[in-house]
Order: sequence, then structure tokens, then C-alpha cells
Amino acid sequence: MALAHVIRRNQPRFGGERTGMLQQARLGGPMPWVIAIMIALTVMAAAAGLALSNLARNASAEIAGGITVQVIEAAPAERSRQAEVALSLLNNRDDIAEVRRVPDAELEGLIEPWLGEAAGTADDAIPIPALIDARLRGPVTERRIEALRAELIASVPSAKVDSQAGWLAPVFHAISSLQWLAIGLVVLLAATSAAAVWLAARSALGSNRDTIEIVHLLGGTDAQIARIFQRSIAVDALVGGIVGLLLGLVAILLLGRQFTALGSGMVAGGGLGLADWAAIGAIPLAGVLIAGLTARITVLAALRRML
Amino acid sequence: MSGSEGSIVQFDNVGLRYGTDREVLSDISFTLYPGSFYFLTGASGAGKTSLLRLLYLAQRPSRGMIRMFGSDVITLPRNGLPAFRRRIGTVFQDFRLVPHLSAFDNVALPLRVSQVPASEIRKPVADMLDWVGLGNRADARPATLSGGEQQRVAIARAVIARPEILVADEPTGNVDQEMGLKLLRLFEALNRLGTTVVVATHDVQLLKKVPDSLIMRLDKGRLSDPTGALRYPPRRPQRVEGVNG
Repeated sequence: MALAHVIRRNQPRFGGERTGMLQQARLGGPMPWVIAIMIALTVMAAAAGLALSNLARNASAEIAGGITVQVIEAAPAERSRQAEVALSLLNNRDDIAEVRRVPDAELEGLIEPWLGEAAGTADDAIPIPALIDARLRGPVTERRIEALRAELIASVPSAKVDSQAGWLAPVFHAISSLQWLAIGLVVLLAATSAAAVWLAARSALGSNRDTIEIVHLLGGTDAQIARIFQRSIAVDALVGGIVGLLLGLVAILLLGRQFTALGSGMVAGGGLGLADWAAIGAIPLAGVLIAGLTARITVLAALRRML
Repeated sequence: MSGSEGSIVQFDNVGLRYGTDREVLSDISFTLYPGSFYFLTGASGAGKTSLLRLLYLAQRPSRGMIRMFGSDVITLPRNGLPAFRRRIGTVFQDFRLVPHLSAFDNVALPLRVSQVPASEIRKPVADMLDWVGLGNRADARPATLSGGEQQRVAIARAVIARPEILVADEPTGNVDQEMGLKLLRLFEALNRLGTTVVVATHDVQLLKKVPDSLIMRLDKGRLSDPTGALRYPPRRPQRVEGVNG
């Protein structure tokens, strides 16, 4: 039995001694539950941040170098002719890596949910621009877009050229904001956990003050006393961390299933990789580290005020 | 302070006040030598407990100088105090047992603090509890012990680690005469082994039972010397000096 035996294990519990008491009281106090909730929220925030990061990275890679040429012409025959000219021009350029005309059937499929099945084929149908997807070699700059636009317009007067990244810029800005929000939440939750541990350690110090003074007068060092609190808090944090991790994982899996059911190509890029899962699994350990360190600093600071 | 070589404790013009109140101890100067036995007497409120608190390093004085074991403990950084405290055994007036520990664990506490291996703790603690007549109450918590039994546990805890100085505040106040005498014999036995003993008491009968002892009398926070023993020490202990009041 170590010196830990000395510090009373109640209101709130700190210090470890008899195994029976530990098992009986382990989840009895509020600390492990507070930490469990904090860890669960941290796990969810971190998972969201990582998923958003993956989503942004995958989407960026997918649309890197991407441009869209629209041929906006009301007459179907002329539209088709100009589209073929544009396709031929693009195919002959060295700086174009990939080019593809979006088939009419695919376009009709895209607008069908809004305009109905016959929207694109009926005689009085709303004219739909012809679309050409192309991928430039190297980065897409406004200057290159402008040069391409000038060349196309000369032969295809109804052509309109846009960078795909430009369309999605607001989406990426929103994703970036959400990522920062997730990072902020993780930091706030870590700070809140540390504050909760600080309060619990102060409270335990108060309720064990007499015992601590006796141990001091018998020659106990600050480090010996702090170690008892630190170890006990770390055990509480570990128990809370594991419970929190499980709660967080359940939430992530449920949310993941919901997002997968959306069937959106962009959302599908927001899955979590092995490294992400490893990072999420390390959150309870980080919690234990923060809790132990906070307890140690708090206890040592309080003890320094005693003789 | 000249002539204090070989002393174990040296107080020089020590004063103590709590907050902004008047001094509870004033101009306290004395020297204790290893292997001596002292009684500290005085009326209630004379400052006995305050003086003992300075001796067992629970308090720093407001002024003056204290040397213990050859070091100035006033300027000693607080992380240096534990090593000194381990050389001092203390019997507190209110026992100060740890309420949630058994009698055995309370007595074992100084050994555990000093990181004595567990295998070397059981026997001496059990022997000590036997000696103070509590061998059959080793597992009892303080709340289930009588006042006298608690006092004996407190004394056992104070002496278990063979301290160089034993400081006892009214150690026989809650025990019957027979046990009081037995505890006094324990203190004497420790004293013969070289422990310097300081016993605070208001029981004048007790003073007569240790013939070689010296008496330090506190009166309203000042140290007096009613028997002259502090000024003219007997052969054993070798010397006590530095008197005021």
C-alpha cells in the first residue's frame, strides 16, 4: 500500500487504496461523467473537422484544373454545331489534359427533378446550354481562362467559359469556416475539461486539507501528495475518456450512415481514413494527459501556499 | 550565539505573532542539546503550543532565528522542510490521526512517507501497537477508539520512525495514571537512545517523574527559568543556554 492510502476517497473521491473501494466508487463521482461528456463532444467535433478536411481535400483534387464551357444558344442545331467546334478546338490544345461533352441525356437527367421528364426534349422545351467539361494542365488562373475564352469566342460566339473552382469557392469557404469551428470547439472543450479538473482538484484539496497537513508535518513532500491526486484524476479521466469515446463513436457512426444515405458525390469524399480514426482514438489519452497535468499543477500551486 | 556547538535546536530572539495581533511569543532564546529531556510548562494560553509548532516546523516565526540540526530553518526553502520534519516526531494535542485510516496505518504513516519498503513496515508497527497496548485494535479506525487509545496511537506514530527530536503536546492528558507513566517510560527509553524529548504539560506531578529533565516555563509568551536549570544545566544533558525573561 502506498502513500495514496492516506488521502481520503470521498467527496469528491481522490487517491487510491483498497481495490474494493475503487471498484465500488469508480463511477460514483461526477468527474468521470463530466470527462466522458467532454470527450464525447470532443470526439464528435474532431470527427467533423477531420471529415470536412477530407471532403475539402477530395473535392479540391477532383476539380483541380477543371473548367466548364457552356454553349448558350437557343437553336438546337446551331448549339450542337458550336459545341462540336468548341470540342474540336479544345481537343487540339496542348494545355488541355481531358475534355468531354456532357451528353444531352445526362443534362436532362440533371434538370429532370426540377423541370420534369419532357423538359429537355419537347418541341417547346426550355433551351439547355450544351456543356463541355475540360481539365487544364497546371493551375487554373484567371489569365489562362481569359485567353481560352478569347480563342473560343472567335469561333464559338455563344461560348461561356468558367473555372469549376470558382463556382465552388463559396462552398470551400463555408467548409473552411466549419473546420475552424470544429478546431475552436475542440480547444474550448479541452479548456473546459481542464477547468472541471481544476475545480474538482481544488474541492478535493479542501476536503482533504487536514490529512494533507498531517502528511506534510510527518515529512510528506508536495510531489508525493500531488502524485496521489494526479494518479487518481488520471484514472477517473481514463474511465471517463473510454466511455466518452464510445459515446462519440456511436454518434459518428450514426451520423456517417445518415450522410452516406444522402448519396451526394461531394459528401462521399468526407469519409474518415485510418489516420483519422487513430487521431480520434488518441483523444481520450490526450484527455488523461490534460487532466493529470491540470491536477498536478492545481495541487502543487495550492500546496505551495501551505508551509 | 556562542557556545551552541553540538546543539540540535537553537532559538535566538524568536517572536511569533498571528496576523496583526500582538506577539504570542516574544524574545524566545534557548538551546537544546541532543539526548536531553525537557518539560515545557506554563498556564493555558502561555504559548506552549505555539512554541511547539515552531519546533515541529508547522510555523515560521515572525522574527528571530531558528537553527535545527545545524541549519537555519527560517531561510530554508519550503521544499527543504520535509527532510527536517522526518527527523522530528510529534504528538499533537488533538492527536491529529487520519480519520479514515486504521490504527495500524496511522502508525505506519511516517514510515510510508519516508518510503520505507512495505516489507519492513508490518513488524515494527505491530510491535509498537503491542507496546502501547493496542495490538488487538490495529484495524480500528480512530472514531472507534477512546480518547486514551487515540492518544496512544498518536504517540506510537510519533516514535515509530525513531525521530531525533520528539515533541509532545500534553501527551498524557487523556490516559490514566498507569498508562501515563508507561508512556513517560517510553519517552525516557527513547531519550536514552539519543532522542531529544520536549514534552509540553501542565501536570506538575509529571515533572517529578523524570529526574534528569529540564524545565522550560512559558509565561505570557516569554520563556522563564524557575529552577535555574536552563541557566545552570546539570551534568546530563551537557548544557542548555541562552535564557531570557
